[in-house]
Amino acid sequence: MDWSAFALSLRLAVWTLAILLPVGIWAGRRLAWRRFPGQSLVEALLALPLVLPPTVLGYYLLTAFGGAAPLGRVYEALVGRPLMFTFEGLLLASLVVNLPFAIQPMQRAFEAIPIEVREAARCCGLSSWRILRRIELPLAWPGILSALVLTFAHTLGEFGVVLMVGGNIPGETRTVAIAIYDRVQAFDTHAAGIMAAVLLVVALAAIAASYGAAGNSGRRRG
Amino acid sequence: MAWRIVPWLCGLLAVSWSVAAAAPRGEAPVIAAAADLKFAMEEIAAGFTNETKHEVKLAFGSSGNFASQIEQGAPFQMFLSADENFVFRVADLGKTVDRGQLYAVGRIVLMIPKGSPLRPDPTLQDLAAALGDGRLRRFAIANPEHAPYGRRAEEALRAADLWERIKGRLVLGENVAQAAQFATAGGAQGGIIAYSLARSPVVAALGTFAPISDAWHSPLRQRMVLLNGAGPTARMFYHYMQQPPARAILVRYGFVLPGDLPSDR
Repeated sequence: MDWSAFALSLRLAVWTLAILLPVGIWAGRRLAWRRFPGQSLVEALLALPLVLPPTVLGYYLLTAFGGAAPLGRVYEALVGRPLMFTFEGLLLASLVVNLPFAIQPMQRAFEAIPIEVREAARCCGLSSWRILRRIELPLAWPGILSALVLTFAHTLGEFGVVLMVGGNIPGETRTVAIAIYDRVQAFDTHAAGIMAAVLLVVALAAIAASYGAAGNSGRRRG
Repeated sequence: MAWRIVPWLCGLLAVSWSVAAAAPRGEAPVIAAAADLKFAMEEIAAGFTNETKHEVKLAFGSSGNFASQIEQGAPFQMFLSADENFVFRVADLGKTVDRGQLYAVGRIVLMIPKGSPLRPDPTLQDLAAALGDGRLRRFAIANPEHAPYGRRAEEALRAADLWERIKGRLVLGENVAQAAQFATAGGAQGGIIAYSLARSPVVAALGTFAPISDAWHSPLRQRMVLLNGAGPTARMFYHYMQQPPARAILVRYGFVLPGDLPSDR
């Protein structure tokens, strides 16, 4: 069992969640309640990573942020190290591929909140911030939770993009999904088997937890 | 209610951060090694750590792939290629300290897994016969586009006049270690892989092999080089690769060493 790969995957998943949680709440509310011109185009773009082969995304990231590309050079000049084949590059790829997993469930959840509820809250004199905290987030909570769980599980399992923009660098970009592939190539089916089983259990537990939480909060309110 | 998750997230972040910090990251250089070195290199690295108390991290893959990753700025400190031309390519791009050093010459073998109807015939005549009588359905080699061992396998198959006939039956490994895994996993009836991999006990237990004449392909001249930004540990390891213990391990895995060849350096 490659614990450093597992720790790396966890770190990647947690960073992805920490960044996509506020982004998802903001984008989800915005898309749910305020129509704007070109909205369907934006929604289509956000859904794109669902259907796009990960290698296509990997290719574009490599060409945009590789050592020879202008954006990549700007990044390297600013930060002092290249973006591709580093944890930061992996995080960028992970954020992009997880956009639909984070935003779509939150958007559906915010859409399900009746406008009367929000208007009533406003009439009672609550500030927007308190409406968000006291009314919207609790009501949208099951959707937010399932977005987080999907994002988390999907990050642990992402393979194609990670291999393309991260390579297979121990401790830096070798996530647990890559480590399984690596161990199989090294004829180490024992370690590959253990890691595969761990991922299986984690994925199952995550989904069970999200179903359980969604069910509980639904029942409490219903 | 949603805010309840925030402390959890912060906690997880802190834990994963400290886990990452606890690992000696940054200190241990990452070394990109051709996949044919998989087993030999793990032994050499263990010996190095034993002797110097310094650690190196090994990444294995196809030399061509590593060369393009190095071009893109991958943070490796040392590159051991199975084909010296890939070292020259990254050297010409100014990514290396110098033009490196030859460390070994590799060989290819015909690998026949247990239970396969093929015979380990080094002249490849049985392979030709198997293509005709339907005994061969799938044959594994590394991808000739970017894996040196794949390219040499293609050359040998061309020399035996089999390339055009076998092309449709090939399964291509991403690198020679994956080709070895494909060749022995049961889906293919055979493959051409690195001698150094076939010699390792894990792979040798899965079948039999026969060395293919090195007159049938251009030599696998393997060169290593320090990349720009190589730290002291990587430099020590580069030096260690040329010392008797490391050389003895390479010999045990079937490599021919530069000192043993008449005209190299």
